[in-house]
Amino acid sequence: MKILVPVKRVVDYNVKVRVKADQTGIDLANVKMSLNPFCEIAVEEAVRLKEAGIATEVVVISIGQTSAQEQLRTALALGADRAILLETELNLDSLQVAKLLAKVVATEQPQLVIIGKQAIDSDNNQTGQMLAALTGMGQGTFASKVVVADGKVAVTREIDGGLQTVSLNLPAVVSTDLRLNEPRYASLPNIMKAKKKPLEVVAADSFGVSLQSQVKTLKVAAPAVRQAGVMVDSVDALVAKLKQEAKVI
Amino acid sequence: MAILIIAEHNHQALKADTAKTVAAATKLGGDIHVLVAGFECAAAATEAAGLVGVTKVLLADAACYQHQLAENIAALVVDLGRDYSHILAAATTHGKNFLPRVAALLDVAQISDVIAVESADTFVRPIYAGNAIATVQSADAIKVLTVRSSAFDAVATGNSASVEAISQATDAGLSVFVGEELTKSERPELTAAKIIISGGRGMQNGDNFKLLEGIADKLNAAIGASRAAVDAGFVPNDMQVGQTGKIVAPDLYIAVGISGAIQHLAGMKDSKVIVAINKDAEAPIFQVADYGLVADLFVALPELEAKL
Ligand SMILES: Cc1cc2nc3c(=O)[nH]c(=O)nc-3n(C[C@H](O)[C@H](O)[C@H](O)COP(=O)(O)OP(=O)(O)OC[C@H]3O[C@@H](n4cnc5c(N)ncnc54)[C@H](O)[C@@H]3O)c2cc1C
Repeated sequence: MKILVPVKRVVDYNVKVRVKADQTGIDLANVKMSLNPFCEIAVEEAVRLKEAGIATEVVVISIGQTSAQEQLRTALALGADRAILLETELNLDSLQVAKLLAKVVATEQPQLVIIGKQAIDSDNNQTGQMLAALTGMGQGTFASKVVVADGKVAVTREIDGGLQTVSLNLPAVVSTDLRLNEPRYASLPNIMKAKKKPLEVVAADSFGVSLQSQVKTLKVAAPAVRQAGVMVDSVDALVAKLKQEAKVI
Repeated sequence: MAILIIAEHNHQALKADTAKTVAAATKLGGDIHVLVAGFECAAAATEAAGLVGVTKVLLADAACYQHQLAENIAALVVDLGRDYSHILAAATTHGKNFLPRVAALLDVAQISDVIAVESADTFVRPIYAGNAIATVQSADAIKVLTVRSSAFDAVATGNSASVEAISQATDAGLSVFVGEELTKSERPELTAAKIIISGGRGMQNGDNFKLLEGIADKLNAAIGASRAAVDAGFVPNDMQVGQTGKIVAPDLYIAVGISGAIQHLAGMKDSKVIVAINKDAEAPIFQVADYGLVADLFVALPELEAKL
């Protein structure tokens, strides 16, 4: 069974981003970039399925600038077998990304697509669901447990009220939540080995998919800052403030 | 053209998110139709008809909608949705699950987590864990939006819109419901509570969450948690507040033994009043707290419970 894992290069989760003074976007100059944490979980899950003898090949794919090769190499160091970069300078919406991925699904024919539930930059939480729709596959989103057996995948999903388990026919799309696994660290020998693994670069505009977004960003502003509060020195003082000043209890 | 809202419900009753999504829709202009898709869910449809601003309720009552499977709900919404100008759902795990599927099948973008409506085609949404606020304009023929409930006040009830039954019911056959483990609680839901008290890694174990329960009982509060507390298995996943968990904005949020990571703040920094109890005076949570108490939670919590 082949597994396709789409991954994204994003600002590292430890970075507190700043908006540009002209409000056109985020200031990305000299900011640390990483593999999106949910994508890392997706790679880990695919690699574990390979180690368990269920998957035979793990292919990672990213859509973005040349620099995204760095994150693909990271994924290869974590255990993926080969990588594909659909190169573009454009900032694509989830819909265009899903359309491109659908093209790759058509040629690669994976039995399972494992994808992060959201990228921590745009916070959209859409691509996996859109890809499933466009390819006619079932979807198991926000997965905290994935069991592949008998041509099906059982996915335990983190939902607002607790957990839900669904069974999907393969091929299917699974999107990862935080509790699915704890990704490994790439070892130095594996980082070295990853440099020799195949990484194919294809122009994103060679698929006949319109990369024109219908959504225009008019402005990116900093959020309202909270007024600095006060420190209280006792539980008594806290209760008094909440009752008399804030009047919330 | 009219607006279609897909209701969030448990078949018997509407979730509070639906009335908040209707509130967002009233800012768009146009008739508002609410689709209640479920199984033996007439009561939820009647409730939806009572929401002020709703002009019609569509009731799709069939076994294939019982478990709200994304593939089945999306197929229904795509069939009904082509004639609408906007399709909205709450940005809950349900809305996030099926609505992108709808958008892709209609070949339009989805705008996630809308926190303000500027006009019929211009919306405001947080990105980067709420560290930036984007204003976006959509040129799509149908605007598909998920709405962040914490940003809108529920519309009132007392309306009596008509309810129209939809006979269509197709099981896409792509997924099957196997089971669920729902957390049972007498307390208010996190996203509906006026007061929330949350525990983090500092709680040390699940048993110690009892220290929060006594206080929650006195304040009629919901109990939340940080990711670290959920990952460590202290409490179930549905209690996680944050960028990738639940987004809340209660009147009072009490963070106990929580350091205040960006991802946690993303889920609660719009609360009206924030209290932080942490033994580390340098913890970043104090930077967003209205009232900070540097204390050992194991001393402070019993005292707080006693004094309420
Ligand atoms: C992709 C991604 C998504 C994430 N999503 C979320 C999310 O949705 N929600 C979320 O919460 N996190 C999220 N996180 C995790 C986040 O980065 C932090 O790791 C997490 O919030 C830390 O939880 P904590 O504050 O409970 O633990 P810690 O950071 O370990 O803080 C524990 C705090 O408890 C205090 N403490 C300890 N003992 C006591 C005591 N006896 N009395 C008083 N205080 C005490 C300590 O001083 C410390 O400040 C995410 C991370 C990533 C990478």
